[in-house]
Amino acid sequence: MFILKFLIRNALRHKLRTSLTVIGIAIAIVAFGLLRTLVGVWYSGAEHSSASRLVTRNAISLIFPLPLSYKDRIRQIQGVKAVSYGNWFGGIYIDEKNFFANYAVEPKSYLDLYPEIVLPADQKAAFIRDRKGCIVGRKLADRYGWKVGDMITLRGSIFPGQWEFVLQGIYHGAEKSTEERVMFFHWNYLNETLKKTAPRRADQVGFYMIGITTPDLTAEVALTVDRMFRNSLAETLTETERAFQLGFIAMTEAIVIAIQIVSYVVIVIIMIVAANTMAMTARERITEYATMKTLGFGARHIAGIVFGESVFIAMIGGTLGALLTFPGARWIETELSQYFPSFSVAPATVYLELLAACLIGVVAAVFPTWRGATIRIAEGLRRIG
Amino acid sequence: MGIPYSYSIRNLWTRRLTTVLTASGMALVVFVFSATLMLAEGLEKTLVDTGSYDNAIVIRKSANSEVQSGVERLQASIIGSQPEVAFGENGQPLLAKELVVLINIPKRGTNKPANVVIRGISASSLLLRPQVKLMEGRMPRPGSAEVVAGKSIAQRFQGGGMGETVRFGMRDWIVVGVFDAGNTGFSSEIWGDVDQLMQAFRRPVYSSVIFKLRDSSSFEEFKTRIESDPRLTLETKRETRYYQDQSEMMAKFLRILGITLTVVFSLGAVIGAMITMYAAVAQRMTEIGTLRALGFLKGSILAAFVLESLFLGLLGGSAGLFFASFMQFITISTMNWQTFAELAFSFTLTVDIAFKSLAFSVLMGFVGGFLPALRAAKMNIVEALRAG
Repeated sequence: MFILKFLIRNALRHKLRTSLTVIGIAIAIVAFGLLRTLVGVWYSGAEHSSASRLVTRNAISLIFPLPLSYKDRIRQIQGVKAVSYGNWFGGIYIDEKNFFANYAVEPKSYLDLYPEIVLPADQKAAFIRDRKGCIVGRKLADRYGWKVGDMITLRGSIFPGQWEFVLQGIYHGAEKSTEERVMFFHWNYLNETLKKTAPRRADQVGFYMIGITTPDLTAEVALTVDRMFRNSLAETLTETERAFQLGFIAMTEAIVIAIQIVSYVVIVIIMIVAANTMAMTARERITEYATMKTLGFGARHIAGIVFGESVFIAMIGGTLGALLTFPGARWIETELSQYFPSFSVAPATVYLELLAACLIGVVAAVFPTWRGATIRIAEGLRRIG
Repeated sequence: MGIPYSYSIRNLWTRRLTTVLTASGMALVVFVFSATLMLAEGLEKTLVDTGSYDNAIVIRKSANSEVQSGVERLQASIIGSQPEVAFGENGQPLLAKELVVLINIPKRGTNKPANVVIRGISASSLLLRPQVKLMEGRMPRPGSAEVVAGKSIAQRFQGGGMGETVRFGMRDWIVVGVFDAGNTGFSSEIWGDVDQLMQAFRRPVYSSVIFKLRDSSSFEEFKTRIESDPRLTLETKRETRYYQDQSEMMAKFLRILGITLTVVFSLGAVIGAMITMYAAVAQRMTEIGTLRALGFLKGSILAAFVLESLFLGLLGGSAGLFFASFMQFITISTMNWQTFAELAFSFTLTVDIAFKSLAFSVLMGFVGGFLPALRAAKMNIVEALRAG
């Protein structure tokens, strides 16, 4: 108890210096936490995507289509429960800055495959009935102020022309991680138009989504699908939805790694600042340490005092930082909602933050502790001069 | 009379440990600051160098990239007959009808697949891009299943090296040459005969038509005519502009990330400098009192301490910049979101960036040192002398 009191008193001796250090550590911890969350968000789409749904696409690369005729052949395979299909449409709403994902899909089978897309029953029925109908996620509708019944016009970048859609429903995600910034419309609308304008490109789909009866069969079904179309004009590549998403993320891995490195750099920077503070503190108190040793306190006591003070300051900064991470994340979530589906701090991040703060305290204390513990009494006292 | 500069510098030397710690905190911040600037610069340079101002590229209307575009054979021929097209030495038009698609090939080592651009080239393609030079081997013969690979493909992708084969479009393609395109996007591409590739991919349309302008200033005229021609659903851009548009999103992302990180990090470093300078002032109370008693003015004391802090910042800045300059050896490869294609670019240091980094470090020193210096200057002589 006495030691604790001693620590706190010591920490508060230089109020300005301590508070500056605490602020510095808090800022660093907030930055660290937000960067870790950013990395988490990067992977969140993949983590929450189903491992029991398969994606089949052209083996050459994503930009090549598959014939529509594959649908019935895939459905015949043992273990396949449902098949849906669609195209990445790549439509632009007014200006390229307003980017959001838009897919042409077969509505009924697609909504059946994705129970996480929650749509009121009447809107769902209306969407399926209307060939020019579309549905959008809640966040997307909020962003552009769309209401059910509105006309939305997209300019096609892959499929030329102006495409008009009637908004028939606004869905929300069953889970927090479900993407709510996507637009879906009828694949048939796209296909019928293509039959008139570009017949060569009609009756082709960008990807098949395959629902599996039992999750154990995924690997087997994937292999069967790919084997079935081997050596055909359009060879396929089938993988789980998660693997598909991770493949995308892997392509931007360099950026994720850079963010991760940077999140550690910020900790190192603040470690240096804290180490500096502690070194100065210890240097100023050398005489005190010598006096304490004269009074009979051991090297271990001195070490504990210096060490404890450092960890104490670091933990205050760390706790403050961890608490501030939450409002920070919420601010990002509301301000930058167009970039991130959700920006929520994981419990693991908070633990990591506290661990990092603790580490800062420990590392910062190493050198001063050693100085304080090994100081020879006469030498320390002589410094009074 | 002012206090000599050596007083400030020698003070830093006297308290070496603290100086080194504070300066290295700042050095790290400057390192991050200049590294992000270098990265954005490298990306921009890569994409600007890729295009040539005198070349025009024609793609389908509102297709954002060559990959999304499609130009029918007839339309390509119409473009080929325009008067703005320049002619080469042998009377051939300097115009290339090209096919651009993405294929998925695994990287060496990690086996992770990435999207690589395959470009079907015509006879003039190489002439249109003077920055592309064959390093070894030869160009593919027209009508054969041969390809040449860019340098960064040859190094980093399976089957990309000289003499190896890549499989796509149900055929095996022999790599008969490796080309070096310097710091441009072409280094991340594979080139083959356009007609062979169109067959292999069953894609009977070109992706783009690229040609050299006979007279660079006639571009606007050409643009208006092409874009109002009812037979053509095409648009045209100068090549430089086209590649700049391709990287817009990425460059913006890097810039925002860089600025945010730098601001947050510099807060930490400024606090570090402040702590150091406050301590410096506190330790030297008597000294400051003596200086004042000797007749040095408040302004001189302020200047001396600010100067000390500026030196501290400059020291950190120089160190950070020194280490950042080594980043130039590193090449980053990532997917460009706008084209979905693999793109390699390296950190590029320019005089402007070096200057900005040093200015930034001095600014950090100033911000961190001003308040403590003010405190030193405002000190009461008698109290300061008594403090020791």
